[in-house]
Amino acid sequence: MQLAVNILVLAAIYALIACGYVLVYRVSRVMNLAHGELMMLGPYLLLVTAAQFQSHWLLAIAAAVSLSLLTGVLVYVLLMRKMTGEMVLAAVLTTLALGILLRGVMVLVWSAQQQYPASALSVVNFAMALPGGARISLISALLVLTTALVYGGLFAFLRCSRWGIRMRAAGQNPLLAAQRGINLHAVYALAWGLSTLTAALAGILIALDSGLDQTMAIIGLKAFPAALVGGLDSLVGALLGSLIVAAAEVLLIHYVDPLLSEVVPFLVLIAMLVVRPWGLFGTREELDRV
Amino acid sequence: MSRRPRASGYFRTGYGQDLSLVETRTERWSLTGLLIVLLAFPFLASPFLLDLANQVLLASIGAIALMLLTGYAGQISLGHAGLLAAGAFTAGILYKELNAPFWVTLPAAAVVGALLGLVFGLPSLRLRGLYLAVSTLALHFVVVYCGGEYEAKRGFSTGIMIDAPTLGAWTIAGGRTWYFVLGVAAVATLYVCVNLLRSGTGRAWVALRANETVAGALGIGVAAHKLLAFVISSALTAAAGALFAYYRGFVSVEVFSLFLSIQYVAMIIIGGIGSMLGAILGAVFVTLFPYGIEAGLRALTGTQRYAGMLFAVNYAAFGAVMILVLVLEPLGLVGIWRRIQTYFLLWPFKHRPMARPHR
Repeated sequence: MQLAVNILVLAAIYALIACGYVLVYRVSRVMNLAHGELMMLGPYLLLVTAAQFQSHWLLAIAAAVSLSLLTGVLVYVLLMRKMTGEMVLAAVLTTLALGILLRGVMVLVWSAQQQYPASALSVVNFAMALPGGARISLISALLVLTTALVYGGLFAFLRCSRWGIRMRAAGQNPLLAAQRGINLHAVYALAWGLSTLTAALAGILIALDSGLDQTMAIIGLKAFPAALVGGLDSLVGALLGSLIVAAAEVLLIHYVDPLLSEVVPFLVLIAMLVVRPWGLFGTREELDRV
Repeated sequence: MSRRPRASGYFRTGYGQDLSLVETRTERWSLTGLLIVLLAFPFLASPFLLDLANQVLLASIGAIALMLLTGYAGQISLGHAGLLAAGAFTAGILYKELNAPFWVTLPAAAVVGALLGLVFGLPSLRLRGLYLAVSTLALHFVVVYCGGEYEAKRGFSTGIMIDAPTLGAWTIAGGRTWYFVLGVAAVATLYVCVNLLRSGTGRAWVALRANETVAGALGIGVAAHKLLAFVISSALTAAAGALFAYYRGFVSVEVFSLFLSIQYVAMIIIGGIGSMLGAILGAVFVTLFPYGIEAGLRALTGTQRYAGMLFAVNYAAFGAVMILVLVLEPLGLVGIWRRIQTYFLLWPFKHRPMARPHR
């Protein structure tokens, strides 16, 4: 029972991070390798806002999340926008370089020591008993809830809202979308903003649960296989992929070897790439464009 | 090699001249000059500078191998550190377990590298671009995990120590000896690769990079040439990894982080994609970069206060430089070099004539 809860929590973490990869890839066909670092930026921003709004933890989190949204938009406007006409590889390498830059800057500003945003916000994390003898911490439960809300919100946004439909259109065929009067740059910027926002939410919740240091970016990278297993341009796929990767990771760590934690997602990834490179729910023709 | 005419005219009168690597008198003289400088360097430089030069030579072997794969054959690899690790660990494990000599471990590392290259390359038959990059990234993690597992299981948790290699009665030790060994290795790698690129294989790779479908339609074996690019590049890289292990006398997984892969990719990006000169310039730049940053920080802040932030400044500056190159100068250092060359070739004019002379 405890294993099932662990799988669920890990899957929620991966899913919350993976939807950022999916959003950016689906809209602009860019694989964002700076996602882990952008995710790490969220909790660091929370440290800043927590010092500003000491009494209101909700206000602090809201401020940090909106700052992340702004960061994402700025990343597109200042940097990725310049890479639109370039080779896809160049864009990916730019995100890689951005990740390195961000990591350096974050260490410079906030030092490499482990920090605890939970104590800065005076949030008390306690374990709750679930039926069946399992236990779950408050923050983990919140994490699962947040993931559910974010995915529900994203589905509704992409299906019903005007901007969501524009995003899907831009992802399907940028040229046609632009001819129909959709502002591609605005759509791309929004995708980057939303992606960074969800990443920051994930980062903040993880940091509240287990502290914050440089290893967090690895979690961001480990969520990438989850996105790819499900299909890089499918949100449903990201959910299912996260569940698969999390289940494989938790079970293998429990029954085989704890050292495996770092590689399991990538082993799943390789297996998936061999069998079905476009993922469970991905679009196939992406791979074979000439 | 760039196939632009380097002399101010076309003077070839026989097929033999088409094969020569050195075309003009200026080139011959500058090459001789460079060779003299390189030969004299170890006798004049301090041990620190010699170590730097050795690092550059090691890095340039890896960079040339990666350039072959990414710059010419167009196959993206983010798993270069994994291949270096494979070479280093092959050498280390053979030395520790079987006490194998240098002349066994080095070829063994290359063979392991070639086999791994086959494994790394297999996904490339189905995948392109980003997906391929991801699969090599995943394989990097797997290789590094296996290395870590070996270290942990055999009780070398801090790393494997390797003694200086011996060839017969000759022990390779000391910065100056290593300089010549690595120098010969680097020059041999460069020579082999340059000639490979002028052969049918090299042209097939360039065709692959330009357009796979068209290359296939022209009768080029797409799968075979892709795999060949992976195998050759990986064998060279693993050999470089083994040399690295011997040079340091020490193998540990911590060295082969994802950041190392990124550094190698940065070398060929900063140097200039699709040029062997670019690989070497990039290797020089990326290897010397952290030392430059350290010297700069020391000059700026004085005293030892910079020590704590050195790592972070290094990261930030490295990322910034990479972004600047990608955005402002996609052709890298070679692009700048060519522009200067063209400026002097055309002087006093600014632009090339509209009608290109027939080659």
